[in-house]
Amino acid sequence: MLNIVVCVKAVPEPKEAGKIRIDPATGNLMRSDVPLVLNPLDKNAMEAALGLKRNMDAHVTVISMGPPAAGDIVKECLALGADRGILLSDRAFGGADAFATAYTLARGIEKTGAFDVVFCGMSSSDGATEWVGPEMATFLNVPVVTMVNKIVEFDGSLWKVKAKVENGYRLMQVKLPAVFTVTIDLNTPKTLSFSGIIKARKKEIIQWTALDLGVGEESLGLKGSPTIVADMEAMESKREATIITGTREEKAQMLLQKLVGAGVVS
Amino acid sequence: MIDFTFTEEQEMFRKAARDFAENQLAPRIAEMEKTGEVNMEVVKALGEAEMMALTIPEAYDGLGLGYTARLIALEEIARVSVATAMMLQVFALGIEPIVQFGNEEQKKKYLPGLAKGDRLATCAVTEPTGGSDPAAGRTIYKKDGDEYIINGRKCFITNSHIADTITVFAKDAENPKAFTTFIVEKGMQGFKPTHVEHKVGMRGCNTGELSFENCRVPRENIIGVEGKGLRVAMSAIGDVGRGGMVGCSLGLHTACLEEAIKFANERILYGKPIIKLQTIQNKIAEMKIDLEAGRLLGYRAASTQDKGQRSSNEFAVAKYYTTEAAQRAAKMSADIHGGYGCMEEFAVTRYLRDSFVLGPSAGTSDIMKVIVARWAIS
Repeated sequence: MLNIVVCVKAVPEPKEAGKIRIDPATGNLMRSDVPLVLNPLDKNAMEAALGLKRNMDAHVTVISMGPPAAGDIVKECLALGADRGILLSDRAFGGADAFATAYTLARGIEKTGAFDVVFCGMSSSDGATEWVGPEMATFLNVPVVTMVNKIVEFDGSLWKVKAKVENGYRLMQVKLPAVFTVTIDLNTPKTLSFSGIIKARKKEIIQWTALDLGVGEESLGLKGSPTIVADMEAMESKREATIITGTREEKAQMLLQKLVGAGVVS
Repeated sequence: MIDFTFTEEQEMFRKAARDFAENQLAPRIAEMEKTGEVNMEVVKALGEAEMMALTIPEAYDGLGLGYTARLIALEEIARVSVATAMMLQVFALGIEPIVQFGNEEQKKKYLPGLAKGDRLATCAVTEPTGGSDPAAGRTIYKKDGDEYIINGRKCFITNSHIADTITVFAKDAENPKAFTTFIVEKGMQGFKPTHVEHKVGMRGCNTGELSFENCRVPRENIIGVEGKGLRVAMSAIGDVGRGGMVGCSLGLHTACLEEAIKFANERILYGKPIIKLQTIQNKIAEMKIDLEAGRLLGYRAASTQDKGQRSSNEFAVAKYYTTEAAQRAAKMSADIHGGYGCMEEFAVTRYLRDSFVLGPSAGTSDIMKVIVARWAIS
């Protein structure tokens, strides 16, 4: 049986990103203004796992690190078809950068038992560092292929995958166990189904803390993060609008003058 | 203390329905509007998304999720396509008499196919003489051995030309006080859909007439007890039919409010978005208040229905309020759009047309008031 682990993250609803404000006192993002949803690329990671499960004997574990509210997206993954859900949640995990996040997830994945494949989205829609997958592979001491957009061969322990590079694609052969970060082109994620939601009633979410992982707090969260967000400020839009009036010809002439004046056209 | 929050599972149902509506329905609306015809791809997608299975018990391949879940699904679908929500709500209206009053053989025979969407359903009560007084109907049946011969005409029947399983309400030719509900199947001799209606709104949802000319129906197709069909028909219409219209109205109302806010944020007047104007905010507030009130009425009634209690009076209140409110919301949303509110490129014109169809469906507002007054007086 193929043991698959999918790493997922709860992110602020991307459609409502404009509503996220920065607390002027602390400089932190005020995430509570916007509902948390499953990171869009993690849906592709989930579908990669579920697609395999539909075609072969496979067991899918979904794992997420986040506040208790992130349990909702783990539940959603269970409703999508994952067999087991794990939420790594502890105050000690708070403030983690990509490095500490990858470390915590790696310890969590190890605790799930033997695994063959780890899928995760190439990046998150909020942090977008693209570091967590490769760093996690390093902590797990397994190979990683980033930006996978096609799983070409998945029979046995030697997989072939197609991955994006700057100017094209490369075909990679990789020995399992391995970590794969996936792109939006990999598949079309299926949406939630009513029967999937009903089946998820019987699936429990396991919650693990730092104590369960047996990891010292110095390696976790803010303390375990080599990078910190020193400051954050809202971008001010200083664009000005000018309304051009007149006949159609006058407006076109005026617009052209302004574009020439701004150096946009010559 | 009353808990007014949806459960985590119900929120997931909403998400599932919203994803379905936005991904599967929204891209097909333009074609539905253009042709006015049922898009069978939409019907197929509804089946695949298990939308017909919501209220069918699990024992018959349904989901058995009940009426609050149904209202959530209808609300989300109507937010994107009221025509599709209407079609779906009437599938359930055709299914419900079999669920509530059908015998074991009928349930086994019809419900699994209806749950999958392989078979489509409707309910035929309304006649040219009206729908709110079914006892005045002229469609009659006469017993002939082990068969019944139905003659008459039904009109304004949603899904008339696509339904495979039709629950038909008819009067005993020899006893004007006895009514029976039959299952008529597509292709039965003497039965045929005839005229197709062209409605002002809900384009893409089929409405038409059904003709019964010496239509022979076997005895095993009687739902419930012969002569006691009035209860069967009224129960389906009172609870499921009105409840469905509440879902359609809430979804349309939400769409009107969302489009109004979107437009008012984009439209600049006096150097600022019109949403900054108090007169526009007043309309937005009225729409929001109506929507909140309508949701409370609708979900209260659905919750009553889920408890297995009679909910037709509660739904009469909710149906009256939400359909009227959705019509007001469509008008206000169109008003906020100004001249653009007259242009078909803007969804609000569709909402305005669709809103007109909400009122008469499953009983006009005046009929709802008759029912509510009867409830209050009794």
